Amino acid sequence: MIDQMEGSLAVARAVALCRPEVICAYPISPQTHIVEGLGALVKGGTLAPCEFLNVESEFAAMSVAIGSSAAGARTYTATASQGLLFMVEAVYNAAGLGLPIVMTVANRAIGAPINIWNDHSDSMSQRDCGWIQLFAESNQEALDLHIQAFRLAEEMSMPVMVCMDGFILTHAYEQVDMPTQGEVDTFLPPYEPRQVLDLAEPVSIGAMVGPEAFMEVRYLAHAKQLMALERIPEIAAEFAETFGRQAGGLVRGYRTEDAETIVVALGSVVGTLEETVDALRADGVSVGLLSIRSYRPFPLAAVRVALAGAKRVVVLEKAFSVGIGGVVSGDVRMALSGIQVQGYTVVAGLGGRAIMQVSLTRMLKEAVADKLGPLTFLDLDHEIVNRQIAREAATRRSGPVAENLLRDVGTVAAMVSPRGAA
Amino acid sequence: MTQEVKFYQTGTFTVGNRLLDEGQRTVQASVARSNALTSGHRACQGCGEALGARFAVDAAMRATQGQLIAANATGCLEVFSTPYPETSWQLPWLHSLFGNAAAVGSGIAAALKVKAIKAGKAQSEVRVIAQGGDGGTTDIGFGCLSGMFERNDDVLYICYDNEGYMNTGVQRSSATPPGARTATTVPLGPNPGEEFGRGKNVPLIAVAHGIPYVATATVADLHDLEAKVEKAMSLRGARYLQIFVPCPLGWGAASCDTIRLARLARETGLFPVFEAEHGEIASVTKIRHPAKVEEYLRLQKRFAHLFGAHGRPDIIARIQGIADKNIKRFGLIAEEVAP
Repeated sequence: MIDQMEGSLAVARAVALCRPEVICAYPISPQTHIVEGLGALVKGGTLAPCEFLNVESEFAAMSVAIGSSAAGARTYTATASQGLLFMVEAVYNAAGLGLPIVMTVANRAIGAPINIWNDHSDSMSQRDCGWIQLFAESNQEALDLHIQAFRLAEEMSMPVMVCMDGFILTHAYEQVDMPTQGEVDTFLPPYEPRQVLDLAEPVSIGAMVGPEAFMEVRYLAHAKQLMALERIPEIAAEFAETFGRQAGGLVRGYRTEDAETIVVALGSVVGTLEETVDALRADGVSVGLLSIRSYRPFPLAAVRVALAGAKRVVVLEKAFSVGIGGVVSGDVRMALSGIQVQGYTVVAGLGGRAIMQVSLTRMLKEAVADKLGPLTFLDLDHEIVNRQIAREAATRRSGPVAENLLRDVGTVAAMVSPRGAA
Repeated sequence: MTQEVKFYQTGTFTVGNRLLDEGQRTVQASVARSNALTSGHRACQGCGEALGARFAVDAAMRATQGQLIAANATGCLEVFSTPYPETSWQLPWLHSLFGNAAAVGSGIAAALKVKAIKAGKAQSEVRVIAQGGDGGTTDIGFGCLSGMFERNDDVLYICYDNEGYMNTGVQRSSATPPGARTATTVPLGPNPGEEFGRGKNVPLIAVAHGIPYVATATVADLHDLEAKVEKAMSLRGARYLQIFVPCPLGWGAASCDTIRLARLARETGLFPVFEAEHGEIASVTKIRHPAKVEEYLRLQKRFAHLFGAHGRPDIIARIQGIADKNIKRFGLIAEEVAP
């Protein structure tokens, strides 16, 4: 049914349609509305039977999820940012144990400085943890990916993270097509665990493994993600058959055919990029767009096929690895191994900085003219950065960096200055 | 059970038990016992934790007619019982992390509740225990433990308290007693060993949560331990049991002194044995043969620096002070009744 609602509520309703048996919740912006929505559905009796646990931390949330999943219950939780970092030990553990937990990550920056707005630093920091990571472009896709995530997780016995941009998607009201319970039940069979804490067949789960088999256990996790690389498009195709719309898959190309320059991105910025590409195409600039929907497993072959014909590739990232630059860029370069392509990394939108079409257009024109630097921070205010560097050179006790920069920007100055008050 | 109980597994006092009346014998002396933690594990000789775990888990198995699932924190108990492909556990058992056993227990209990409702039952007949050492309980697992208590999740948490991080090589935990030598509280300087005025009384903190049942026990009184586990399993909601389990390796004690040390810890008043229900102390085990702390401390090399030519009688007196305070606070010695 077509309806207008907040992204978080759409996800909450979609998750409820998947009949989770245990949900554990700890609040962190911008994930809160999702677990609030689910809490209301459980408390009101719409989602039953389901245990909704208000836990004392994200570490506990993932730990409760580990226990309930190992006991054979379909299990869901959601987090973001600092919360994802706080649960990291258990995030790796859930993957190592092969427990098909589904978790939404409402993507948000990581402090310090503390910042509640969107970028991809949180989930990118967990790219090596063994979870499947799917990125949603829109609220409709976020909704649809959750239904696919339970199917994929349980088939593969592997946890799945559905990443959706905090605020930009979670708090945006959009039109969504909410499936019926019957459709979801057709698509998603009941959970049949591969391993379970069962009295009839008592097993010990999570015991120690030494050097004699640890490599093989870890390799199997990789091999299973490679198998998931095949199942993700198949599940997306089955989803399209059942629900009558496309969602998920490994990658999605937009006007990539014959494009000389292709920009690669993940998540909601893809929408802005589509419009940018359209505008540039109308001006006769040969550009295309590739959206990566499955970041882990990383679709090396699909990315290679999509980008092989391009002269240059611009990877637009909402995260970066301090000390080198791009995160996704490295993976894209691996996909293009042996192919001569001009590669650019553009870091954009950190901590919720708006990614404007005008900036994207300017940046892509520079790329097409091969005037873009190998690593560019979109709309970076070099002036305040340089002033801080000068300040640090002049004074030993230069003070908190973030405060200095904000004073230079003027926000704080405007609020505290007599002129501002007058 | 997948393994038969062997005669040598039926306890040190098997032969002695046979001299007792049927009703007084420990169930552990019988080959018909449930045997949740079976032989062949790698615990040290005289390990108090292995003994405590076997009696506690077996008692819980009996109380639930074998319908029991265990979550286990990282630590000695986890390591000595389960190097894959071997396992000593004869019940469904899950080890996740060091600091999350209580939360994992909560998760299992939540899953079981939903399964029970789906099967048309009001509550799950399958029950959950979560267990760990004192480090995994009073330190790194404390947040998850408090959360499980506060939500009153249907889990019995058992802490095997050997007063330190034994698995990692005998370091100090918040359960390490004052004066004790560990690898991180060396017996040097004016205040040798663990400092006074530190540490955490988790049984009383559990009582403060107002949960249905809190108890302490020692491996010196296994009937009492079994009775407390049975009591705990007869109740629903969050329950906590802290079992005093001497560690011969970590304490520098003789393997044959495990039971003796556990008894002395109780009889000196250093480890008060009590029960509490819904936030109120319900019973205390009185001291039958009062002992001075010196007798207890002398048996352990971790306190060796307090004795001899360069000994510290002042520190021994302070430790005696702790015991005396416990005796007064919990009423551990019965008031003399005038003849």
